[in-house]
Amino acid sequence: MFNVDITGEYIAFFIFAVIIIAGAVLMISLEKVVHMVISMAAAFLGLAGMYVLLDAEFVAFVQVLIYAGAVSILMIFGIMMTKHNGEAVETAKPLHETLAAVGALCLFGLLFYSIRTADFQSAGAFDPGQDNTLAIGEQLFTGYIVPFELLSILLTVAFIGAIALAKKEAD
Amino acid sequence: MLPSYLTMGAILFCIGLYGALAKRNAIIVLLSLELMLNGVNLNLVAFSKYGVIPSLTGQLFSIFTITVAAAEAAIAVAILIALFRARGTVLIDAFNRMRR
Repeated sequence: MFNVDITGEYIAFFIFAVIIIAGAVLMISLEKVVHMVISMAAAFLGLAGMYVLLDAEFVAFVQVLIYAGAVSILMIFGIMMTKHNGEAVETAKPLHETLAAVGALCLFGLLFYSIRTADFQSAGAFDPGQDNTLAIGEQLFTGYIVPFELLSILLTVAFIGAIALAKKEAD
Repeated sequence: MLPSYLTMGAILFCIGLYGALAKRNAIIVLLSLELMLNGVNLNLVAFSKYGVIPSLTGQLFSIFTITVAAAEAAIAVAILIALFRARGTVLIDAFNRMRR
């Protein structure tokens, strides 16, 4: 089950996996909130590399722009707008933390078991096409035009709502 | 390669779940939620290449998910700032009542 042949994709996958897991674990365990956001950005960049491995160049660039760029900066703004003294407060409830860890580990065990025992049929070869962005754009504006327009409405409403929520009251 | 990518997504999801359940700082909880969404996205893109019928649909769905996640992050930070203005803290223990 584990004896995979060492190919270039496998080595690149391993490197990106190390980056992602290191970023995620550091995000959980670091002390200062800003450092947590920075390590999170490293995890997002590793995920973008993994998308390139999966022949999804457009998704990779969207990941870099939206997550590593916009969401990280938004979180840093959130930290700066809400007064932090830099340190994350230690939890006063070790029982709660232990229960959360046990729950997450149980879920991971279940997922790992089902992934290892599942029988994935060998698929046909994936044809990424000449131009990944062009293919995605064609799909987006022909077959998926309704969800695309709904999403644009959702984004507009959400950002107007965010501005209205965060605006200081006049009084 | 498909089980490796799925395991990677499961690891990301579980780390995010632990962070969302155990952390007290609301911004860290939000970051953990983003981590969980990224694990799901990785699954979508992996199935788009290695699934039974490989097609671009998985990548399209992951783009939709990223968009919704961006809207969610913006709304969440706005709510957090409004709550901070009302309560003076971002610890989620303080947010247990709708009215003061």
